[in-house]
Amino acid sequence: MAVETLSQQSTSLTNDEILRYSRHPIMPEVGIEGQIKLKNAKVLMVGAGGLGAPLGLYLAAAGVGRIGVVDFDVVDFTNLQRQVIHGTKDVGRKKLDSAAESMLDINPLIQIDRFDVALNSENAMEIFKDYDMVVDGTDNFPTRYLINDACVLSKIPNVYGSIFRFEGQATVFAYPGGPCYRCLYPEPPPPGLVPSCAEGGVLGILPGLIGLVQATEAVKLILETGESLVGRLMLYDALAMRFRELKLRRNPECPMCGDHPTITHLIDYQQFCGVPQEAPAAPAQAAVLEGEIDPTTLKQMIDRGDKFVLIDVREPHEYKICNIPFAKLIPLGDLPKRVSELNPADQIVAHCKSGARSAKAVDFLKQAGFKTVLNMKGGILAWSDKVDPTVAKY
Amino acid sequence: MAKILIPTPLRQFVEKKDSVELPGATVGELLAALTSQYSDLRKHLYSDEGKLRSFVNVYVNDEDIRYLSKDATPVTDSDTVSIVPSIAGGRHGS
Repeated sequence: MAVETLSQQSTSLTNDEILRYSRHPIMPEVGIEGQIKLKNAKVLMVGAGGLGAPLGLYLAAAGVGRIGVVDFDVVDFTNLQRQVIHGTKDVGRKKLDSAAESMLDINPLIQIDRFDVALNSENAMEIFKDYDMVVDGTDNFPTRYLINDACVLSKIPNVYGSIFRFEGQATVFAYPGGPCYRCLYPEPPPPGLVPSCAEGGVLGILPGLIGLVQATEAVKLILETGESLVGRLMLYDALAMRFRELKLRRNPECPMCGDHPTITHLIDYQQFCGVPQEAPAAPAQAAVLEGEIDPTTLKQMIDRGDKFVLIDVREPHEYKICNIPFAKLIPLGDLPKRVSELNPADQIVAHCKSGARSAKAVDFLKQAGFKTVLNMKGGILAWSDKVDPTVAKY
Repeated sequence: MAKILIPTPLRQFVEKKDSVELPGATVGELLAALTSQYSDLRKHLYSDEGKLRSFVNVYVNDEDIRYLSKDATPVTDSDTVSIVPSIAGGRHGS
């Protein structure tokens, strides 16, 4: 938890600071006064992942005097394609420690407050109270609505960025008089309708760019200079290399920041976002359910020479990454129009990456009149873990 | 023919196109033409009651149609209509 130091406002810079930050004060838009504002600034960064990586590195380098970091995750190999605040040596470490170490290596003159917690409705207001603004580097809807609401209630701005595949969005919410996240999107999409980065993928460079737009906005807010993104939603398309901006208005009827707010305290954001209360990881540990088959059991069927048809319902580009050689590739989306390629009398086993899409395929085939359809539990990831480690995991 | 910009998450429902040109005098007509041509898109834009979903915004040029005339907002051939859904950016999801 945060340590209360640096509580008094600095009115000057040390000679070390003047030397380190010298490219800042020589610009009249910043000046010595601006650098002192940065030194006195207190920014809370939620998430030390793709967006948090450039945010943390550059805000530290710029001399933001106190940076809080909230993260409870651990670095894994799939993070390294974009989360440049962590290195290969950090795999398995807490992101919080790895990020703080990188930031303090760049700039030991600043203070990092570490919050090794998942931000929630119980702790958010307490954590937010010591900061001037929040930079949102999270990856899920419940936490984004939580950050928004806690920022509105704490009366501090929320520097927002979000990414998907090749596309990013950035703006500043909850600035006094400006719109909030709920003005833009009153409600989140139901779970499952929008693919996650793990399913949908993300260009590794993209969070770098969007995170730096957020860092730029944070520094401008601290310096009280320039034209901020308040009231503008910036959209970025990396494939087209096109920036656009849309007008963003405060909704006078917004339940959070409108003229007559009806939400006056933090709510249950998992419930608001329709997320099941059970931890999503639980099924991986659970027993094999009816209609499921474990990869090792499937391997025994293969070894015995049992007759069945294995279908892979992933996309062709995923099939190229790794596959089970005799599996027939029929992407889930193509299954309705290609169902005639399968015989309802055959035993069918479906698999995908981790089991969610193949479960949908199994449901579809059962409704289409197939008698024996099984879902390979845990997908090709589990096949790699339990049967054939030469199959690459992704 | 006004141009409709399709965001990345929805391109899978429109033959992977990033924009579609369709006839229509209002936003409502354009989106009706779009969803009748690409029926899989419909549930991503509209609720079962036929209301535009609250995590999808539609803009004519840079203005949100909620602050214009909503579905009745007029469009001309030189206008660009953008569909901008909510994205969270990360691991969360199924």
